[in-house]
Amino acid sequence: MTDDPPLTWRGLQATTSARIGLPRAGNTISGAAVREFQYAHVRARHAVSATLDTSRLNLPQPPIAVESRARDREEYVRRPDLGRQLSDGSRESLPHGRYDVVFVIADGLSALAAQQQGPAVLAAVMPLLAGWRIAPLVVAHRARVALGDEIATGLGARCVVMMIGERPGLRCAESMSLYMTWNPRIGTRDSGRNCISNIHGHGGLSAMAAANSLAWLLKTARMRNYSGVDLKDETCTIGQTVRPDLHKMLSDKSGK
Amino acid sequence: MSYHAVLGGEKFCFSSLKQVLAYASPYRSGDELAGVAAPDPLLRIGAREALANIPLRTFLNEVPVPYETDEVTRLIIDSHDATAFAPVAHMTVGDLRDWLLDHEIDGATLAALAPGLTAEMVAAVSKLMRNQDLVAVARKITVRTAFRNTQGLPGRMGSRLQPNHPVDSLPGIAASMLDGLLLGVGDAVVGINPASDNMANAGDIVHMLEDVRVRYDIPIQTCLLTHVTNTLRLMERNAPVDLVFQSISGTQDANAGFGISLSVLSEAYMASQSLGRGTVGTNTMYFETGQGSALSANAHHGMDQQTAEVRAYAVARAFSPLLVNTVVGFIGPEYLYDGRQIIRAGLEDHFCGKLMGLPMGCDVCYTNHAEADQDDMDNLMMLLCTAGINFLIAVPGSDDIMLNYQSLSYHDIQTLRSLFGVRAAPEFEAWLVARELVDAKGRMRINPPGLFSGMIPCND
Repeated sequence: MTDDPPLTWRGLQATTSARIGLPRAGNTISGAAVREFQYAHVRARHAVSATLDTSRLNLPQPPIAVESRARDREEYVRRPDLGRQLSDGSRESLPHGRYDVVFVIADGLSALAAQQQGPAVLAAVMPLLAGWRIAPLVVAHRARVALGDEIATGLGARCVVMMIGERPGLRCAESMSLYMTWNPRIGTRDSGRNCISNIHGHGGLSAMAAANSLAWLLKTARMRNYSGVDLKDETCTIGQTVRPDLHKMLSDKSGK
Repeated sequence: MSYHAVLGGEKFCFSSLKQVLAYASPYRSGDELAGVAAPDPLLRIGAREALANIPLRTFLNEVPVPYETDEVTRLIIDSHDATAFAPVAHMTVGDLRDWLLDHEIDGATLAALAPGLTAEMVAAVSKLMRNQDLVAVARKITVRTAFRNTQGLPGRMGSRLQPNHPVDSLPGIAASMLDGLLLGVGDAVVGINPASDNMANAGDIVHMLEDVRVRYDIPIQTCLLTHVTNTLRLMERNAPVDLVFQSISGTQDANAGFGISLSVLSEAYMASQSLGRGTVGTNTMYFETGQGSALSANAHHGMDQQTAEVRAYAVARAFSPLLVNTVVGFIGPEYLYDGRQIIRAGLEDHFCGKLMGLPMGCDVCYTNHAEADQDDMDNLMMLLCTAGINFLIAVPGSDDIMLNYQSLSYHDIQTLRSLFGVRAAPEFEAWLVARELVDAKGRMRINPPGLFSGMIPCND
């Protein structure tokens, strides 16, 4: 692509979904591109208000359904503190046992992402975890990442993997993140988690690649008995583990 | 200690300085979430009256987070410069507000004052200022920094080029970088938020940025916005690191939530200084902050989010950064609900950063679950430009496809240059001219991508 044929915006646009090479009007962007942007913005706003439909997950067995203390989507957006706590009824619905890991499919800020990517990642990672004691699958409504800590505590799991919808973007409103936390407890800091983000079908990370990275993280965390910033991803492939910084974990990118 | 004010015969009482500060803050969702907002608008005005009458000296004795248990408080108190403070030592917060706006108080006076002001004093005075006051005083202040070009000169405004990609594809990142350079963006920094923090991937990105910079001899600095401990490893491996990035917050606990402390920042600062890669200056640190970060980590200690934010600036100024920016609308509507709150916070953060002596920039931005749109961003970018901001962040077509939020477009930087006459850093501007990317009127040409065809790596 360097010399021949010459670089064109059309060619470059194949390398990224970023809005590069936009036609201009004076200093600014042409009207058609501005209107397309406004359309995408409204669509993303609609995705925020969508709810998670468990029946569309096509799961082999019915999951345990839990919800946070946020009563509706609007309260969920305004009150992250409520989204991090289980409702009273949900707390009682978790059967206590002894598990290595619990997987939670959670709506976060894009129920559609969790619906599309959650079952696919789950199916891909299960064969990689032979010998692990895996808790019954949990589906969480109006959930923030930290809700997983309480879920794991209730179930008696040593690790929780939150599979949660990221906040919708203009190019992709169906992107999911995985947050893996070893020894989760209520009040676990974000620096104690590892994240695999941007799992989606519009040029993002594939479910298979995400599952491979997740399996590596899980096995390494089990070996070292910790997760978080001290668990550096030194695998050779693109591993998608994310450190906490303002542009990542602190943010509510994934409905934290 | 308790404080009070009397308005219209009604007495308003406050239990602590922290409560006066919180109640005096303009309404925002994050303070309500934290349970520290004024329960009633009248109490807010009462708190402002009480705050106006509090002597600045009080802030040296009553701290919002205990000195014994918080290293940010210790930094603030231990680094306070009594000599610099002397000109305002007799004033109340209300006096300081009027003094800052006085015609006779110029930028040099304010620069000399900065080490004498604590974060809490600066937060306090901002709460007594209207939006136009925040603009007018910030505009007086010049904060000049330099690495491979000079940022913060009068009449200049830098820009960060942010070419993120959802899977860190090198050709994809390079394509977005090319687009930005052809639109004259990137003098403050070409800074990438990696989707992955895989160390090999990080090294690949840093090397690609360096290759492009060297190949086209561009007087810019590059940065991979990864955790400071990752950047330390990159430096150990002799990767070409220009700037060390880190997100920071205003309390020790909140910083622990980021996995950092003042000592690890010091270690990274020393390591970056030893590299000697700057050509016209030695500022090597880049920090991001944002109202709500302390609350998000449940480490706000009962402070309002704006006071906690200014304490992050106290952390930043200990390391003579090249760049600092608030990510104002990024953290979400639970902290800043709508365009009105985002705009106010952006002006506060810029003003407070400048008064603290920082090279303050801003990511003018919002998320898709906030009640805001690009019109709000247009307003904020023009206000900040009027306020003399050091730099703004821009992404292709306003859409960050990796972080899923909206910032400014590269084009918006051109709009601001044209509307307000603000120019890029002189070294970068000279490069744009030498490469014939601008026309005789100083406008960016419609530059075809083929001008820098060697910028795009052949494969991942």
